[in-house]
Amino acid sequence: MSHLIVTPVVLPALLAPFIIMALRHHLDLQRIFSIAGTVALVAITLALTVQASDGSVQVYDLGDWPAPFGIVLVLDRLSALMALLTSLLALGVVLYAVGSGWDERGRHFHALLQFQLMGILGAFLTGDAFNLFVFFEVLLIASYGLMIHGGGPKRLRAGVQYVVYNLLGSTLFLFALGTIYAVTGTLNMADIAVRVAELPAEDTALLRVGAVMLLLVFAIKAAVLPLHFWLPASYANAPLPVAALFAIMTKVGAYAILRVYTLAFGPDVSATQGLVGDWLLPAALLTLAVGSIGVLGAREIGRLVAFGSIASVGTLLTSIALFTPEAAAASVYYMIHSTLASAILFLVADLVMERRGGAIIAQRPMPQTGLIASLFFVGAIALAGMPPLSGFVGKLLVMDAARDSDLVWSIWAVILISSLITIVGFARAGSILFWESHDAAHAREAEPEPDEEDEDLPPPVSAPASNLTFVAIFGLIGGLVLLTVFSGPAMNYATATADALFDPTAYIDTVLKRSPQ
Amino acid sequence: MSLFLIAALPFIGAVFPALLIRAGRNAASFSAGLTTLLAFVGLMINAPAVLRGETIHARLDWLPGLGLNANFFLDGLGLLFATLILGIGLLIILYARFYLSREDPMGQFYSYLLLFQGAMVGIVLSDNILLLLVFWELTSLSSFLLIGYWKHLPEGRQGARMALAVTGSGGLAMIGGMLILGNIVGSYDLTVILQNKELIQASPLYLPALILILLGCFTKSAQFPFHFWLPHAMAAPTPVSAYLHSATMVKAGLFLMARMWPVLSGTPEWFYIVATTGLVTMVVGAVIALFKDDLKALLAFSTVSHLGLITMLLGFGTKVAAVAAVFHIINHATFKAALFMSAGIVDHEAHTRDIKRLGGLRHLMPITFTIALIASLSMAGIPPLNGFLSKEMMLEAAFHTTWAGSHWVIPGLAVLAALFSAAYSFRFIVHVFLGPKRHDYPTHPHDPGAGMWIGPALLVVLVVMIGLFSSPVAGPMVSTAAQAVIGGELPYFKLKLWHGLTPALYMSIGAVAGGAILLMLHARLEAIWNALPRPEAKTIFDAIIGAATRLANSVTDALHNGSMTRYGAIFVVFVAALSSYAYATGTLGDPTRAVQAAGPLHLVAWACLVAATLGILALHHQRILALVLIGVVGLVVSLGFNYLSAPDLALTQISVEVVTIILMLLALNFMPKETPRESSGGRKLRDAVIAIVGGTGVGALIYALMTRDFLFPTISEFHLANSYKGGGGTNVVNVILVDFRGFDTFGEIIVLGIAAIVIYALTETILNSRVRARLLNRQPDMPQAGDAHPLMMVVATRVMMPIALMVGAYIFFRGHNLPGGGFIAGLVAAIALIMQYMASGFAWATERQRFYYHGIIGAGVLVAAATGIGAWFNDKPFLTSAFGYVHPPYLNEFELATAALFDLGVFLAVVGAVLLALESLARFAWQPGMSTEHAMDINPARDDAPETVNIENVKEV
Repeated sequence: MSHLIVTPVVLPALLAPFIIMALRHHLDLQRIFSIAGTVALVAITLALTVQASDGSVQVYDLGDWPAPFGIVLVLDRLSALMALLTSLLALGVVLYAVGSGWDERGRHFHALLQFQLMGILGAFLTGDAFNLFVFFEVLLIASYGLMIHGGGPKRLRAGVQYVVYNLLGSTLFLFALGTIYAVTGTLNMADIAVRVAELPAEDTALLRVGAVMLLLVFAIKAAVLPLHFWLPASYANAPLPVAALFAIMTKVGAYAILRVYTLAFGPDVSATQGLVGDWLLPAALLTLAVGSIGVLGAREIGRLVAFGSIASVGTLLTSIALFTPEAAAASVYYMIHSTLASAILFLVADLVMERRGGAIIAQRPMPQTGLIASLFFVGAIALAGMPPLSGFVGKLLVMDAARDSDLVWSIWAVILISSLITIVGFARAGSILFWESHDAAHAREAEPEPDEEDEDLPPPVSAPASNLTFVAIFGLIGGLVLLTVFSGPAMNYATATADALFDPTAYIDTVLKRSPQ
Repeated sequence: MSLFLIAALPFIGAVFPALLIRAGRNAASFSAGLTTLLAFVGLMINAPAVLRGETIHARLDWLPGLGLNANFFLDGLGLLFATLILGIGLLIILYARFYLSREDPMGQFYSYLLLFQGAMVGIVLSDNILLLLVFWELTSLSSFLLIGYWKHLPEGRQGARMALAVTGSGGLAMIGGMLILGNIVGSYDLTVILQNKELIQASPLYLPALILILLGCFTKSAQFPFHFWLPHAMAAPTPVSAYLHSATMVKAGLFLMARMWPVLSGTPEWFYIVATTGLVTMVVGAVIALFKDDLKALLAFSTVSHLGLITMLLGFGTKVAAVAAVFHIINHATFKAALFMSAGIVDHEAHTRDIKRLGGLRHLMPITFTIALIASLSMAGIPPLNGFLSKEMMLEAAFHTTWAGSHWVIPGLAVLAALFSAAYSFRFIVHVFLGPKRHDYPTHPHDPGAGMWIGPALLVVLVVMIGLFSSPVAGPMVSTAAQAVIGGELPYFKLKLWHGLTPALYMSIGAVAGGAILLMLHARLEAIWNALPRPEAKTIFDAIIGAATRLANSVTDALHNGSMTRYGAIFVVFVAALSSYAYATGTLGDPTRAVQAAGPLHLVAWACLVAATLGILALHHQRILALVLIGVVGLVVSLGFNYLSAPDLALTQISVEVVTIILMLLALNFMPKETPRESSGGRKLRDAVIAIVGGTGVGALIYALMTRDFLFPTISEFHLANSYKGGGGTNVVNVILVDFRGFDTFGEIIVLGIAAIVIYALTETILNSRVRARLLNRQPDMPQAGDAHPLMMVVATRVMMPIALMVGAYIFFRGHNLPGGGFIAGLVAAIALIMQYMASGFAWATERQRFYYHGIIGAGVLVAAATGIGAWFNDKPFLTSAFGYVHPPYLNEFELATAALFDLGVFLAVVGAVLLALESLARFAWQPGMSTEHAMDINPARDDAPETVNIENVKEV
C-alpha cells in the first residue's frame, strides 16, 4: 500500500527531532537538512496533488483501524492543494531565513519550522476532528516558538498575547468537540456528516451550539473580525520571515471552515441551518474593511503588511461565506494568491526592516533601495489586488461569484472601496519609504536613535543581503505570475475542488468505506 | 503582425532599458525606440486592412470560467489610438533622450514608459472588458511610477499619489460597472456587448453601470470635478506630461466613452451626465488656464478643457458630434504634445517655466518659437490649422444642441470656452516669446539640439498638413475611426476649411476676437482672479487624505489597543452571543438521564472546589497563595476522576499537577510576588459580568450534555469491544492512547517536546541579552533559607529515587492492561529527577546527568515515529500495532506489543520535556559562586566552613 499520504506529517516529525538530537550545534547541517527536507516535502506534496487531481479520494487508516474508530488521513483535491501550497511557501521561507541569517538569531529555528510544517500539513490532511485539534496544538506551540525567535521585549509581549488568545481558542475547540461528540458519538468528520444528516429535528439545539463554537474556533484561526485581535501585533512583531510562513496559518482556519461547513454542517443540512453564512459574511466584510483601514493607518511596516493580510483574509472569507460552488472555487484560487502575496510582502518588509527599521518615516536611503522598492511595488500590487497579478483575477472571481447573493451590492462596494483604501495606504507607505528618503533633506540625516524597547535586538545589518533572500522572494513572485498566467487551468482545478466539496458523497463513502449508493 | 505581438512588444521592450542602461544611455533609449518602432511597424502592416473596413481579431483563452480572455481586436478606433500611442511614443522616446539629464536614472524611465505604452496599447486593442480593466489599472500604476519619477521632489511624490488615488478609484468603480455590464449581456467580450444596445439600455441596471463606467472615464480623462489631479501630475518630467497627460493616458477615458458609444449613448441619462460634465469641464479648464503662470500648468488646464470638449461632443450622442470628437482627438494630440515639448524645451533651456519670468524668447529661440507659435494658433482655433477645423465642427454641433429646453446654454458656454481658449493660447505666445528680450533669465536660453525639437517639429508639420489638406491626410483615418465609434452608417460630413458663413464661423470669430481682448485685459483680470476666493484642490485633497489617514490610524489603534483583557472580553461576549443564538434557534429534546442525588462526600468535594476557586479569585494577587489554591482545584479534579472510575485520568492529572506546580513555583521566583496594577472598579464589574455569563454558559452547556444520552451509538463501544482482541490490552484507555488514536498521542508528545524546546530557546535568547546582567545582580526579595540543601531532604530524595523510578517502570509496564502507561510513568520518573534538582541543587544534579534532555525528547519522538514506521515493512499503515505472547523458559507467559515501544517513546518525550523545561527555568537562577560540590551544605565530615551561602559570595565575586 502507498504510505505517501502520511509522509508529509512523518517526514518533518522525524527531521525535527533529528535536528534537535544530532545537529543541535551545527547550523550549517541544520540548514542543509532543513532545506533538503522542505524540498522533499515539495516533491511529495506535488506527487500527492498529481494523484488527487483526477478527483479520487484516498484514505489512510492510521493504525489500520477503520474510520470512524481510528484516525484517518484523507487526500482529496483540496487537501492536496493546500499541502502543496504549504510546502512551496515553506521552501521560500526557509531559503529566506537561511539567506538573511534569521535562523541564527535564536535556537532551534529549523526544528521548530519543521514541527510547524508538520502541524500545518497534518491539519490539512486529517479527516478526524479531534486529530485536527491535535494538529492545531502542534502548529500553535511551534508557531509560538517561531514567533518569539530572536527575542526582544516587544516580541515577547506580543507573543504572550498571541499564545494566550490562541489558547482561548483551543479551549473553545475542546468545548466544541465535546459537544459534538456528546451529540453524535463520533469524531470522524465524514461520520459526523452522516450522523448530523440523520439528526432528529426535535433535538438540534446542542449540536447547533457545538457547530457554531467550532466555526468560531476556525474563525479565530482565520482572523475574522471580531476574533482577529491576536494577529496584528503578533505578525508585526514576529520575525517577518516567520510572519511570511504564518500567511498559511490563517488559511488553515479558512480551509477548516471550507471543509467542515461543506462536509458536515453544509448549507443543505437542516439541523445547522442559518448558522454560518448569516453572520460570517458580514463579519468577513468587516474584516476586509478593518484590514484596509489598518493598511492606511499603519505607521510601521510590519503592521502595514499584517493588516494587508487581514484584508486579504476578509476577501477570502467573503467568498467562502457565500457557500456556493462558484464562490468556493473563487476562494480556492484566492487562497493560493493571498498566501503567496502576503508572504512576499512580509519578506520584502523584512528586507526594509533589516536596513532601516520598521517605522514608516523618511530616512536616509538604504542600500539596494531600487531593487527592494520594485519588490515592494510588486508585492503591494499583489496584495491590494491590482493587475496584472493574480490578486486582480482573484478579486474579479470573488465579485463575479457574489452576483447572485442578496448582499451583492454591499460585497462589491466593500471590496472595491477597501481596495482603494489599501492602494492609497500602500502608495503612501511606499512613497515615504522609498521616495521621500531621496529628498535632499533626509540624505545626510544621522541614523535614528533605536527604540528604547528594541535595545536587546541585534543592530540592523548594513551589508547587502545574501542572494538567497532574493531568490526566495523572486521564487514566490514567480508562483504568483504562474498563477496569473495559468489562471485558466488553476480555476479548472479550483472548480473541480469546489464541486467535490459541495457533493461530498464520494468523500464520505470513501472514508467510511461504504459502497457508493 | 499578430495583435498579441503588438500588445506584448512594449512589455517585452520594458525589460531592456533597465538592463541596458549599464551599456549607456544610448543603448537604453535605442532599445526602447526600437521595440516601439517594431510595434508601430506591426500596426502599420495591419492598417491597410483596417482602413478597408475590416476588423482584425486575435483570440486566446485565458480564464474562460470567468469570461476573462486575452482577446484583441483592431478596428478603426483602435487603429487611431494605437497609432497615436506608438507614433507619439516614438517622438517622446527621442525627446526624452535629450531632455533627461545625466543624473536621472534613464533606464528606469524608459522601462516605466514602455510599461505604460504597453498598457495603453492593451486598452485600445482589448476585445474583452475584463482584459481592458487589467490594462486600465496598469496605466494608473505605471503613470504613478512616471509621475513620481523624480522621487526627490515632494510635488512629484504627492502628484503621483494623487493621480493614483483618483484614477485608481475611478478604475475600481469601473470594475463594478463592467461586471454589471457583463452580467446584463452575459459576456465580457466587447464585440458581443457592442451588439446588444437594446438589451443594455432596457436593463434596470443600465444607470448604475453607466455611472460606474463613466466614473472611470471621467477620473482618467480629468473631467470636472476630478480634474484636479492632472495639473499636479505635471510634476513629472515633461516627456511624461507630453505623452501621458496630453496625448494618450488622459484620452483613455475618451477612448472608452467612444468605444462604448454605440451601446451606452443615445439616452437622456447619457446626454445629461456626459455632455454636462464635458461642458463644465471645458469652461472651467479654459478659465483657470488663463490665470496660470506655470507653462505646464497652463497647458494642463487647457488639456482639461479640451478633454471636456471632446467629452461633451461624445455626450451629445449625435453621429456628427461623434465624428467631430474623433477628429479633435487627433488634432489635440498633435498640437498639445508639440506644445508640451516646447514648454519642456523652454524649461530645459531657461531653467524656469514661470511666464512671469519669461518673455522675448523669440530672438533667442527661433525654432522653438516657430513650433510653439503654430501649435498654439492651432489650439486657439485659427485657420488654416487643424485646431480650427475641429473647433468649427464642435461649435456647429453645439449650436444645434439644446440643453434642458434651452437653446443658449451649450452654444453660449461653448463660445465662452473657445474665447478663453483663444486667450490662453495667445498668452502662451505673447508672454513667453514676444515682447522685449530680458536680462534676468536664470540662465542664458538658446535653441536646443535637433534631438529635442525634431519631435515637436514633426507634430507641427502634421498640424499644418491636416489643416490644409484635411481630407486626404486625415480623412480616411477619421472615417474609419468614426465608423467604429458610431457602429453604423457615417453621417455626411466634410473635412474642409471653408464651410461658408455658418453660425459656427461667427462664433469662432467672436471667440478669437474676444480672446485677444481678454489677453489685453489680462493684468487687470488677474488681479480680480487672485482676489477671488477659490478652492485649492490640492489642499482639499491633502486634507481629506490626511484626515483619512489619521482617522484610520486612530480607529486602528483604538480597536487594537493591546489590552488582552478587552480582547478576551470581546471573545467571550461574541462566543456567548453566537452560541446562545444557535441554541435559541434550535430545539432541545428532553433530558434522558435522571440527576443523581449528591451525598455528603460529593458535597465536601464540591465545597472544596468552590472555595478554592473563590479563594483564587479573591487572593489572585498573591501569586504563591493562588498557586497553592490551584493545586487544591487540581486535587479535587483528580479525586473526581478517581471517583468516576477513571484511574488513568486521575493518575495523569495528579502527576501533571505536581510537575506544573513545581515549574510554576520556579517561574514565580523571577516574578514580582504580587500582580501589577489592576483595572478600575467599573471595568472590573464589566469583566465580572462577562466572566459570569461565559462561565454560566459553559456550565449550562455541560449540564445539558450530561443529562442526555448520545443520540447515536458511540465509537467508544467499538473501542471497548476491540481493545483486547485487536489492541492486545485490557486497559482500554491506554489502548486508545497508544493504538486506536496513537496518532493523536504522537502529536501530543510532539506538542510537549516543542513546548520544552521553546522554553529552552526562549531562555537562551533571554540569557544572551542584557537581561542577564540584571539576573546576575539580582538580590532576592525574600529571606533565603540558610540551608539551601537540607540534609533530610537530600537523603530522602536520594533514597526515594530508585524507588520512584521503579514505580515508574511498574506503571509503564502494567499500562497496557491496567491503569498506567508511558505518559504517567514519564511524569513519575520526571518527578523523581526533579526532586534531585530541588534537594541537591542544580549543579550537583547536572553534573550527574549524562544525557542531554534535548536528546531524550528527540529520542522519544523518534522511537515513537520509528515504531509507527515499522508497520510499513509489514505493509500496514503508520502506527499499526502488532502483539504476540512469548513464553520464555522459567518465566510466565507475557505479552510483547509494539504499542509498548510506542509508549516508550511517549515516556522518553515526557521525561525529556519536563526536565528540559526545568533545566531551562533553573538557569535563570544561576549566579556565580552558587555551585557547590557539596550537595549537603551541612556536612560534619567536611573541613571547610559551611557558610558558602550564595548572596555573600555574589558580593565578593
